Amino acid sequence: MAEAVIAGSVPTPRGTVEQRVSAAQAAAERVSRRTRWALIAPALIVIGILGIAPLIIILIYSFLKPGAYGGVIPEFSTNAYVQFLFEKDLFDESYHFTTAHFQIYARSLGLAAFTTIGSLILGFPTAYFMATRPAHQRNFWLFLITLPFWSNLLIRTFAMFVLMREEGIVNNSLLYLSILEEPIRIMYTDTAIGIALLYSFLPFMVLPIYASLEKLDFRYVEAAYDLYATRWHVLWRIIVPLSKPGIVAGCLLVFIPALGAYVTPLLVGGGKSLMIGNLIALQFAGSRNWPFGSAASLILMALVMIALYVYVRYGTRKSGFAHG
Amino acid sequence: MTSLAAVEAQGVTKVFGVGPDAVRALDTVSVTIRENEFFTLLGPSGCGKTTLLRLIAGFELPTAGDILLHGQSVADQPPYRRAVNTVFQSYALFPHMTVAENISFGLEMRGVSRADAKKTVDEMLVLVQMSGLGGRRPSQLSGGQQQRVALARALANHPKVLLLDEPLSALDLKLRQGMRSELKALQKRTGITFIFVTHDQEEALTMSDRIAVMNRGQIQQLGSALDVYEKPVNRFVADFIGDTNFVIVEIIGAENGWMRCRGAAGLEFMASPAGNKKSGSATLAIRPEKILLRVGGNHGEIVQSVYTGTDTNYQVRIGDGSGLNVRVQNAVDGGSPFTVGDKVGIDVPSGAARMLQD
Repeated sequence: MAEAVIAGSVPTPRGTVEQRVSAAQAAAERVSRRTRWALIAPALIVIGILGIAPLIIILIYSFLKPGAYGGVIPEFSTNAYVQFLFEKDLFDESYHFTTAHFQIYARSLGLAAFTTIGSLILGFPTAYFMATRPAHQRNFWLFLITLPFWSNLLIRTFAMFVLMREEGIVNNSLLYLSILEEPIRIMYTDTAIGIALLYSFLPFMVLPIYASLEKLDFRYVEAAYDLYATRWHVLWRIIVPLSKPGIVAGCLLVFIPALGAYVTPLLVGGGKSLMIGNLIALQFAGSRNWPFGSAASLILMALVMIALYVYVRYGTRKSGFAHG
Repeated sequence: MTSLAAVEAQGVTKVFGVGPDAVRALDTVSVTIRENEFFTLLGPSGCGKTTLLRLIAGFELPTAGDILLHGQSVADQPPYRRAVNTVFQSYALFPHMTVAENISFGLEMRGVSRADAKKTVDEMLVLVQMSGLGGRRPSQLSGGQQQRVALARALANHPKVLLLDEPLSALDLKLRQGMRSELKALQKRTGITFIFVTHDQEEALTMSDRIAVMNRGQIQQLGSALDVYEKPVNRFVADFIGDTNFVIVEIIGAENGWMRCRGAAGLEFMASPAGNKKSGSATLAIRPEKILLRVGGNHGEIVQSVYTGTDTNYQVRIGDGSGLNVRVQNAVDGGSPFTVGDKVGIDVPSGAARMLQD
């Protein structure tokens, strides 16, 4: 590009001087490219060993046969993928369509979507409130939002028991206030998992939205008011579009880990309501079906990739702001 | 035709903060801005000019007093109910919208039909010479172009009053000078009342029908460019607008409508009077370009000479050591008639010196 500018700025045909200039530039570029690779190498190696290699292993395992006591037998088989949708009859070895695994995925997607939308609805006003406090107060609110990270997720999830069990705080309060006549069952249901996930992931929605709202120039808000926009219009036409990078980041940070959640459904769902994470863990532990566990992981990854692709496509076509 | 009031401020006070940290940004300011007027609020930063503008726009509510738009009190109305529009200092163009979307935003908010809005946007783009750039984003425009879009966005709503908050301060000098005459022409053509905030006296003097010079939350002087330059009412106005010599003198007496005063080195001035001050000492304000120097006198000595192109500025030391700033237009050949060390006589024509009240 720089070369083109130099060549273009001189009206005479390419002379020796320009050639020498462009040759020198090319040499400089080669050196800088080598330096760039050297600088990037450590990161690439880490990503390669810790990220790509396990993925390749999982990909290979998913096309092998399971060993009787775990592990794999090195024989090619697509059984793991067939097993995802079909069940082998124990007697005549024929395959029947089964929705058991599909249901787990659908439930996981539903719970992840609920968590994302729920934390967006709760998180956006929270982030807005924080971002509009005087600068010296904001750190205090940030501290409060990050407070849950000070204790282990396991402990926080167990704390949900105290709230949600039949003689828990929620039920007892509702009974005391005569809103309920008998305790409702929350624990070990999808509702319990949804609430617990929402609680766990809410900060991951609040923080990125806060980061973009804090940078938002409130002169745009004033300008919109000046141009006859009501509060409602200002929110939807100015504040939300301008904080979109934070909203997108927050949704991804909540949706992806919520989809693969393991601890929360295990504890709060009581092992009855499985999510994808539990299904995968089960294959590597109790069921000793490593190829199926690998296949299930890859299907989860594919889902996330599709969701991301749709989001990026949708986001960029709408305004192009996600790029900036 | 009687000129109606477009905007009236009645005893407006604005206090920011409470307790000992409270800042009185505006102190019982009353002013009437007429229709079709180019009205400028001029003053140093922190003088309250922007606060007054924001009160008119509705971004701030007055602590005391009332704001009237065309005779109607608007003190309790939010900005989106007020028929005024603002051109912001930073332009505040919405970065996620195109130029055309920016300009049509106000129309859309007021429920103007899509077709009408599009027509207005095209008209506005022509008006500010930006036709064909409606599809660009603000980040793809130069400062001058952003300025024009900000103007178009405000004018698209056909406001009765347009508020401009230092709109030229972000432009470079040449562009700024060009925009001055464009803004003035635009105001004449559209007949909209412009309320223009600036700290740049040259901008104020060249564009305004009337100027309110502000300091410390109060209007110091209200008048035409000629008034505030030629007849400053107090030391602040005389000092803030243009260059001024302040000379301390003894009043001798009234004479033909002037006040005869005597200063250092026996210099005598025939000053225009201030109030009913008839004796004692007083301060005179004298513009440097109104003082005449002549060779061969003995009032003072030239101690510094600075060539500025059209003029030469001389620093003249007078008897007791006080100085006078004198500006002399350069001769045809550009030569300067005096050099450092020359003894000069000083003549101050009657009325060139103006006695200040304080």
